[in-house]
Amino acid sequence: MVDLPIDISVDLCGLKMKNPTMLASGLVGISGAACVFAAQHGAGAIVPKSIGPREREGHKNPILVEFQGGFLNAVGLPNAGVDQSLIELEFAMKHCADKGVPVILSLFGGTKEEFGEVVNKLSTLNPAMLEVNLSCPNTASDFGRAFALDAQHAADVIRIVNQNTMAKVSAKLAPNVPDIKEIARAVVEAGADAITATNTMPGMVIDVATGKPVLQNKEGGISGYAMKPIAVRCIYDLYKTVKVPIIGSGGVTTGNDAIEMIMAGATAVQIGTGIYYRGIEVFKKVTEEMIAFMKKEGYASLHEIRGLAHRE
Amino acid sequence: MEKPIIATIEKSVDEAEEIRTIFIQHTIQAKPGQFVMVWVPRLNEKPFAISYLEKDVLGITVAAVGECSRCLYEMKPGEKIGIRGPYGEPYHLQENQEKGCTMIMVGGGYGSASLTLLAEEALAKGMHVKFILGAREKKRLVYVERIKKLIGEENLLITTDDGSAGRKGFVTDALRTLIEQGEKIGKVYTCGPDKMMKAVAELCTAHNIQGEISMERWMKCGFGLCGHCCVDPLGFRVCVEGPVVSFETALQVKELGTYHRMQSSRKEKL
Repeated sequence: MVDLPIDISVDLCGLKMKNPTMLASGLVGISGAACVFAAQHGAGAIVPKSIGPREREGHKNPILVEFQGGFLNAVGLPNAGVDQSLIELEFAMKHCADKGVPVILSLFGGTKEEFGEVVNKLSTLNPAMLEVNLSCPNTASDFGRAFALDAQHAADVIRIVNQNTMAKVSAKLAPNVPDIKEIARAVVEAGADAITATNTMPGMVIDVATGKPVLQNKEGGISGYAMKPIAVRCIYDLYKTVKVPIIGSGGVTTGNDAIEMIMAGATAVQIGTGIYYRGIEVFKKVTEEMIAFMKKEGYASLHEIRGLAHRE
Repeated sequence: MEKPIIATIEKSVDEAEEIRTIFIQHTIQAKPGQFVMVWVPRLNEKPFAISYLEKDVLGITVAAVGECSRCLYEMKPGEKIGIRGPYGEPYHLQENQEKGCTMIMVGGGYGSASLTLLAEEALAKGMHVKFILGAREKKRLVYVERIKKLIGEENLLITTDDGSAGRKGFVTDALRTLIEQGEKIGKVYTCGPDKMMKAVAELCTAHNIQGEISMERWMKCGFGLCGHCCVDPLGFRVCVEGPVVSFETALQVKELGTYHRMQSSRKEKL
């Protein structure tokens, strides 16, 4: 048997990734240096924490708690505000680019107008791609219902973002909707170039010794192992529904998890909680495991795997 | 499982003005330099260095500086809090040290908590220890009797900024004197305010003396996921790759002694 070279690179809306793993938004990428730290450990692309129009402290601790099968988090979108964050993002973009790692800037707003305001400012950095966080589940008390829960509102935000940037735009959707396909169709029609599926799933953990919810925000978003089948189902449905690339997110911890998402139809996969399970080296480990799987099964590139689960 | 374990406060002991150690009924396998996350239900959760470690009792030293620490400071025996951990990279005692070498602890204020525990471990391993203990003024000195009992009065060097106890000046003045007197130093360990630790690391590096510092940064999760304690420009997580790092690493952290990040991640000058 000839040992064929395995091509694990990804072209995501023109962004060249050395491997399909990405640092998911919301974890680790708090600063420019933190983003470079993840890139040094093998991430194929980086999504820093979401940036909003103004400084936000986020929720008080505890912001993360584990349960059997995953984690629950309510970090609450802490950020220094877009004006203060530009210098950090510029640092991340410059030093990640040196390593051949693209940076996808994540943003949020409380109103449609705020999304426009943030995009305008981020555009001064000439980002290649933006990820629009339509779906943070932990800020309802400040912002009301997440945009991603309503097709019309989600599409309106994407339209405003598109009007204010030359960058490619990925819409990060919520899993807790009656029909994610409907939301996806609406955002693609509004100009989304990709879909990130998905954000975390609302949940709660109560400490029985004290009778109190553990997270200071009481409820939070479920991530980790428990999210994977939920995300895989969403990706599978979206692959049949929209033509744009899908970035899978939810519970990817091993090479097989990443392969599973790609078989469902994902172009690339994000990793967040997996950093806890396998260390910051998780990106490198997942990539190596994917290569080992492909070698063993005789696949030469990800094209052969992508959407495989849809073939009869 | 990364979830607070509810534990009962056994007693609290005054250490200095507005500084108390609370002793908690809790069994933990930890090494000097590691920290725990302490949860006050429905209020907040903060990292604390372990200052006392016995078979089934854990001590943390609390200065009443913020909302959460004041609440802990005022807690009475029998009250319940949550504990997670231990977390982080501990101190590394130099093994196979040359005969006659001294391990030097340089503590500033209640930063001495983890160093006191380290001194205990070093003594148990038969090492010789000297402790330089500094504070702004006499009433802010902690653990004086404890350290005297541990290593003998002659091995404890006290400095205060205003001269109200021990030598007037900084811990670095006392350390410089030791170096100049030709003390055979194995390794130096320091914990305290950023600027003090930076000065200690610089002084030692200039004299080719190795050592470690224990860094403090705003922490949220404590186990490397939230990224809030990543430092510039290396990007490593103080809660996982630290809090204890070598002088060599510490001096590459340009924010040490210069700025830190607040709850939002905004930088603030020290």
